Amino acid sequence: MGRIIPTAVSVFCFLGVALFTSAALAAPLNGHVILAGSSTIQPVAEAFGLAFEKQHADVRIDVHGGGSSVGITAPQTGLADIGMVSRPLRHNETRQLTFTTFALDGIALIAHASNPVGGLSKRQVIDLYTGTATNWNMLGGADAQVVLVNKEAGRGTRTLFEQYFDLAEQVVSSALIIGPNGQAILTIAGNPQAIAYVSIGAAEVSIRRGLPIKILALDGVSATQTKVQNGTYGLLRPLSFVTAQPAQGLAKAFLDFVLTPTGQRLVMQHDFVPAYSQIAQH
Amino acid sequence: MPEAISQPAALFPSTGIQAQPAWREACVAGALWSVALCIVGLFAWMLGDLMLRGMHELSFDFLLLPPEDAGRAGGISTILVGTLALLGVALGTALPIGLGSALLLAEGTRTDTPFGRFVRRSLDVLAGVPSIIFGLFGLAFFGQFLGWGWSILSGGMTLACMILPLFVRTSEQSFRAVPLTLRQGAAALGLSKWAQLWHLSLPCAAPGITAGLILSIGRALAETAALLFTAGAAMRMPESVFDSARALSYHIYLLAIEVPGGQDRAYASALVLVGLLLLINAGAVLLTRQFKHRLVQL
Amino acid sequence: MSRPSFSSFPSGSIADRDILLPYAAGEYWQNWGDQVLVWTLRLCASIAALVIVFILAYLCAQSFPLLGQYGQDGLGGLDGITRFFTDLTWAPARGQFNLSPMLVGTLCATLGAILLAAPLGIATAIFARFYAPAPIIKIVHGVLGLLAGIPSVVYGLWGLTVFVTWLNTYHPPGFSLLVGIGILTIMVLPTVALVSESALQAVPREYIVGGFALGCSRWQVVRSIVLPAARSGVMTGVILGITRIIGETMAVAMVMGNTIHMPDSLFAPVRTLTAHIALEMSFALGDHRAALFTAGLLLLVVVISLVLLADRIQRGAAHA
Repeated sequence: MGRIIPTAVSVFCFLGVALFTSAALAAPLNGHVILAGSSTIQPVAEAFGLAFEKQHADVRIDVHGGGSSVGITAPQTGLADIGMVSRPLRHNETRQLTFTTFALDGIALIAHASNPVGGLSKRQVIDLYTGTATNWNMLGGADAQVVLVNKEAGRGTRTLFEQYFDLAEQVVSSALIIGPNGQAILTIAGNPQAIAYVSIGAAEVSIRRGLPIKILALDGVSATQTKVQNGTYGLLRPLSFVTAQPAQGLAKAFLDFVLTPTGQRLVMQHDFVPAYSQIAQH
Repeated sequence: MPEAISQPAALFPSTGIQAQPAWREACVAGALWSVALCIVGLFAWMLGDLMLRGMHELSFDFLLLPPEDAGRAGGISTILVGTLALLGVALGTALPIGLGSALLLAEGTRTDTPFGRFVRRSLDVLAGVPSIIFGLFGLAFFGQFLGWGWSILSGGMTLACMILPLFVRTSEQSFRAVPLTLRQGAAALGLSKWAQLWHLSLPCAAPGITAGLILSIGRALAETAALLFTAGAAMRMPESVFDSARALSYHIYLLAIEVPGGQDRAYASALVLVGLLLLINAGAVLLTRQFKHRLVQL
Repeated sequence: MSRPSFSSFPSGSIADRDILLPYAAGEYWQNWGDQVLVWTLRLCASIAALVIVFILAYLCAQSFPLLGQYGQDGLGGLDGITRFFTDLTWAPARGQFNLSPMLVGTLCATLGAILLAAPLGIATAIFARFYAPAPIIKIVHGVLGLLAGIPSVVYGLWGLTVFVTWLNTYHPPGFSLLVGIGILTIMVLPTVALVSESALQAVPREYIVGGFALGCSRWQVVRSIVLPAARSGVMTGVILGITRIIGETMAVAMVMGNTIHMPDSLFAPVRTLTAHIALEMSFALGDHRAALFTAGLLLLVVVISLVLLADRIQRGAAHA
């Protein structure tokens, strides 16, 4: 009797483990993945989620907004499985988190379609955003006051913009602060003197939809998706998914899916530049 | 009810012993009419503008299909369901607590007891908390501390906290407006507090409570910032209160601000929201009528 | 009107209303069911009251990392607090957190909007209660209910496409305190109007009928009888309106331009405290985040002082 119980227990354990592993090997993926963070990534992440759910019927992908800071903190606090971050990661963040860059987002300066200025040099942009140039006639345009549009301190696009033009401490404080791309584009469309910087993809979509804005060339290089992809246009930011530990199981399957050709096609449909070719280049 | 009050003028037509010249009366009436006309005109302008921009996107498919392509295609069916679920949770929580508090403030406690003052002041302050703070609080308390995550429950409770002060203040006003003679009558008859509440206070206060309710629903439906961090943004059909759901107002916000080329759909969704509000208002008014009938039967 | 008196109840410091309500005094709660009822009500009220305590505690805890720092500038114990007004500017990357431009922005916008919305709202309430024929009342009510339910983002979008664009042709950039005040006025009008109206409704019918019987004109009745009687309720509406304006976020962020600058004219773009929190919270970590929570706390302090002020005004009026 004394021997039977341990034997029985070990048999059950063995059976249990065997069953569990076989189930894990054979069963289709199921469960819940929660994504949260950057609102720029939100639409494309939703598209990833829908496509992934189509492939795996028992999987649920939930995508939430909140901004890049939520994208950094949510995986650490366990509120989300994957964070979405649309800015370059800082040093201490790369140490704590694992990140997968799945797309690039070029940033373009835009102005009203009626503005005669077609392009700016790097120097002129710096003059604009440090307050040296305040009238369009200093930049080859008509005699009209420049209405400068900037983004919130800390927003991915602004961080990148300041790094690229080396503006850091001298940015003028009198600029209007209009963060989201959609709203900045609407502002430019309604204001012939204004200038702003937004995602190239968002600007192109809006131009196709008939809004009176135009994309300005930078140092003679026109800002297009192709130029971003082949590396000629340098003002761009990475869009990344972030996990607290290296992703496992369902989260890993999802991140793998994002980098497949199917996933990267979705990236293109949302007017971002696939990171695929970029990874191959570097 | 408004009709009741406009009557005295008819009951007691001007007797001719007016101390004020008639022109002053006319001026005041003119000014009031023009203010009202301005407000209605402004609203018509705005609604017209919304319609001009959003009407062509509206169709039955828009109401009955789930959204696709970040809302640029498909419809808003799942979002409507989610919104109603959020509203249900919010009202289900705020209504009993709010009515209870209002009743206590209006009838059950002296206005100058420390407890009464504390409750009243807390609610006044609560009314001034910006919605974004509610959102952050909801995320920390309902989402993280209680472990509900991004869900209809978290979002609904956050909304409940937000509409509570408005609802309590308007309900309290209506309970206080119950005629004193009726209350004294009830007390003299030895009616229990329950009976008095059910047969007298609630029916009498119903129109005012409804007005407060409509204001609260409007506020809840219009809220974006408090839901950003609590109800989440999932566009799937919610299956339980622990699922995340995107509210219509948040959907409008995302379409208008974040999704390039989503403005027309944002206006169309706003039209749907206004329609929904109209329906709810009509429903609330009908319910009030039912309730007032009970008073007559007493 | 003579007031019925209940000699068995203590008077003195108790407010009028309680003398009028016999059951407000303890002994009325006799039977068991009523005991259950009153305790349920107390529970409800406690929950309602505790929400704000929780929120305050949460805000304090979150802003503590910054507010708790003191003695570092050698300014004594308060520089954890005063730095939010004495720092050079708002530059979170450099550890400078001056909130005063935003505070002034909030105060200007609130003052402007309530100065417009309060008279308009009260006028609407009076109109709907005493001047409008029945079908018009329904229209006004419907419109107010709908205006209250339109999401602020729609007001913002509308303000952006209509008013900002229009003002830009005269006073660029168009994003301004003025447009913000306009949009806020429209947004808060229904709250002021509906709450005031319910206060007007609460004025006993006998007062009004009595007024007419004395031969007063309609406006005399309204001005000399109804408004004084409904004063506290109307005041509630205005305070609710003010708090609603202070708390408004999305629409304001969309039309006011959000520049961190002391407003110097009606046409200047400004940033309010709420817009400030909403704009930057999504990207804030560490001290920056704590500073934004402090902004939230500051906002609450403003609201609390307003509420206390209103309380004092009302009580002063009651004593007079």
